[in-house]
Amino acid sequence: MSELQLTVNGEAYTVEATVGISLAQLLRETLGFIGTKIACNEGHCGACTVQIDGVPALSCITLAHAVAGDITTIEGLRDHPLVEAFVRADAVQCGFCTPGQVVSAAALVADNPSPTVDEIRHRMAGNICRCGTYPRIEEAILHWRD
Amino acid sequence: MARLIRTEKEVEGRFEEVWLVVEEDPLTQWPSGPQAIVGRDAVRKDGPERVRGEARYTADVQLPGMLHAVLLRSPHAYARVARIDFARALELPGVRAALKPGEAKGLVEEAEFVGQPVAAIAADSLEQARRAVEAIDVEWHVLEAVLDPEEAVRRELFTIEPARYERGDVEQAFAGADVVIEGTYRTSVVLHNSMETHQAVCEWVGDTLNAYVSTQYIWGVRDNLAEELGIPGDKVRVVCEFMGGGFGSKNGADEQTYVAAVLAKRTGRPVRCALSRREENVAAGNRNATIQKLKIGGRRDGTIVALEGEYINAVGASGWSAMTEGPLRMLYACENVRTVRYGAKINTPPMKAFRAPGFVEGTFGLECLIDELAEKLELDPLELRKRNYADSNDGTPYSSKNLMECYELAQKHWDRRDEVRARSTGTWKHGVGMASQTWFGGGGPPSYAWTRVGSDGRITVVTAMQDIGTGTRTAMAQIAAEELGVPLDDVDVVLGDSARGPYATLSAGSSTTPSVGPAVRAAAADAKQQILEIAAQRHDVAEDDVTIEDGVVKSRDGKFATPLSEFLGLLEDAQILGKGARGPNPAGMSVLTFGIQVVEVAVDIETGEVRVERVAAAHDVGRIVNTLGARSQVEGGIIQGIGHTLSEQRLHDPETGRILTTTLDAYRMPTIADVPEIVSEFVDQPDEHLTNLGSKGLGEPPIIPIAAAIANAIRDATGADVHELPISREEMLRALEAAKRKEQRGAPAAV
Repeated sequence: MSELQLTVNGEAYTVEATVGISLAQLLRETLGFIGTKIACNEGHCGACTVQIDGVPALSCITLAHAVAGDITTIEGLRDHPLVEAFVRADAVQCGFCTPGQVVSAAALVADNPSPTVDEIRHRMAGNICRCGTYPRIEEAILHWRD
Repeated sequence: MARLIRTEKEVEGRFEEVWLVVEEDPLTQWPSGPQAIVGRDAVRKDGPERVRGEARYTADVQLPGMLHAVLLRSPHAYARVARIDFARALELPGVRAALKPGEAKGLVEEAEFVGQPVAAIAADSLEQARRAVEAIDVEWHVLEAVLDPEEAVRRELFTIEPARYERGDVEQAFAGADVVIEGTYRTSVVLHNSMETHQAVCEWVGDTLNAYVSTQYIWGVRDNLAEELGIPGDKVRVVCEFMGGGFGSKNGADEQTYVAAVLAKRTGRPVRCALSRREENVAAGNRNATIQKLKIGGRRDGTIVALEGEYINAVGASGWSAMTEGPLRMLYACENVRTVRYGAKINTPPMKAFRAPGFVEGTFGLECLIDELAEKLELDPLELRKRNYADSNDGTPYSSKNLMECYELAQKHWDRRDEVRARSTGTWKHGVGMASQTWFGGGGPPSYAWTRVGSDGRITVVTAMQDIGTGTRTAMAQIAAEELGVPLDDVDVVLGDSARGPYATLSAGSSTTPSVGPAVRAAAADAKQQILEIAAQRHDVAEDDVTIEDGVVKSRDGKFATPLSEFLGLLEDAQILGKGARGPNPAGMSVLTFGIQVVEVAVDIETGEVRVERVAAAHDVGRIVNTLGARSQVEGGIIQGIGHTLSEQRLHDPETGRILTTTLDAYRMPTIADVPEIVSEFVDQPDEHLTNLGSKGLGEPPIIPIAAAIANAIRDATGADVHELPISREEMLRALEAAKRKEQRGAPAAV
């Protein structure tokens, strides 16, 4: 066990955690941010995406103790216009991948508020949705400010 | 009134004759077309919870003192546990209990595939449980495995007796045909890979088992657990409020649930047993591989005179043998049909239902064959399909069939082919293909719903069904709101808890809306009737003179009009309770879904790369409840189908039976970058014979025709006949080579 300090959604946390614990596990099990989902736990699907200093990161393959930066999870983005845009576009079916999709999309629109379809496809290709809501995700991101 | 009937029950294309207690279904259907709420776009009622990450899935259930269980899986395709020793494992830190073969259902002594569970360990943490499982000493007695389905058929190793079907005189019909075409089609093993892996959390409270399970069928899991544990069903409470996808793989309890239940009993603590993604890729079920040897005979005028199919379902170690020959038997009018289907028992992981099991595979073979016939007869593929339109299902009338209307809707997309082909430049060839589809999806009884109306005028629908991500909460709320004449926002739906609502059927086989929807409408109608009775008494008018529209209770003559919330204020703590049941399916009729998809592709004939550029889908599933959710279902089915058509393939080592594709890196599912333009259209005509709703299910139909439509578009673009899924670059280049040889031999390739 080793102490670490984290900033999550603007709040500072000091916790004791096993060295080697993933950021995803720490967020979910120690801090209770269950909106961050673990679907593959090896960095292949994007469900666990969080932002570290605004940059999307796969929290399941990020060592919690190695994080240097402010973390934003879906819980910190609940009032983001993208949430309403996703609901409106029906960009959610089972919803297990959706928080990760929103976190990735929020980083994208922060970098570029008017992304093209190609940019959306490039930036969102790391977030797998098995239900196949992709056309609706594209629509939600294209019209996130409407 | 309840009555007892003898009826045929269908789930995922499997039929059984059963006695069923059903209730009358006295409500007349709404007229066709959009109503106030039903038949229109509705955003998901639980959309915000899911998008904001607030929805609580089984994966999010954390109970105080919860242990983690891990399964020991066989490293051999076929082997018996000769000796098993837990001594080293039990000494490790955090280990609380172990189960050996036979101590929970699903833990076997004789493993019949690589990955079959034989033992389990519960520990304080997942990591500790994993380490302990690695420390279990097992001596295996390795047996001879059979991994090749054709060898299994030769050796008559079947999961079930071969299924044979015949109508007419096939030999004579082939002898009299102008054209006969034969082909062998192969489909690969593909995986559901739901984003939430199979998992369960079990805890005992007194003599009651609380099981939080990621499942498509809370009542099925309840009954599985009750039977296995030898306790009454009411002593098992199964909860699944949100689940991260199933696609047919989560219809029962499975070993992880049994193991969690038994270990929870043994330790007195809650136990979670969750599959890792790699376990999910091995042992959580699959769409089995098939080999289809097909033959078609046609006349020059395009009449299909004979169809024959020999099917091998590579079922695996267990599982059922899906009706792969179904499309060949059912899709076209053909008097002479003969099929045989073998369920090959091999030492690979068992199949589980996967979104239209059998029909996805069988439609690939059949609909490719149909287009090959069209090419040979120099007939338009759409015209050929119309000329062989079936008017009955092998003599049984349809409850409704609007496939011809689907063909009409598809015409404008089909008409784009000259324009699409003209886009071909250099090595990139463009083409258009189509395939049509039939499938079940009528649902059936029993299913029940309750409604509760309070003095605040809000309506709660309670039914112990589950929403696997298809938007069930929303569709049920729309139906209740429509019947009651209230805004959609005034209705909540409570589901996902077997102890907190009446029985509802499984969310599989495209049955949720057609099975539970009519019960919800009946329950809403029951509550509405009571409200009208109260209003009639309150205002001293006849019941027939009172209606509820847009949340306002009013008399038809305009004497009074009061918002429901205000009117129901007089209830105070009293509540209006309604109940409803799903009525019977129409006797002597075939309830089926239909559709067609038209696909535009681009093929690079140098590299074998295939790009799907546009898919237009037209489906006939009776009345559409939520037009927005319906489009999402169509898109989702098509995208999942593009996966098994072009990139998804679970591979095993033919020598050892080990699964080679255990990660989402190796097992390649579509990403947002792989998605074509998708246009979806619906006939949207209620099935006048089916329930008070006239709706059939839409979860499965859209995934059925896509593979054949892509293959047919590839033929249109390049002249190459692809006969195998997935259409990898290797398969594409092989088909292009074969087409080139065919052309050199003198037979002209299609242009």
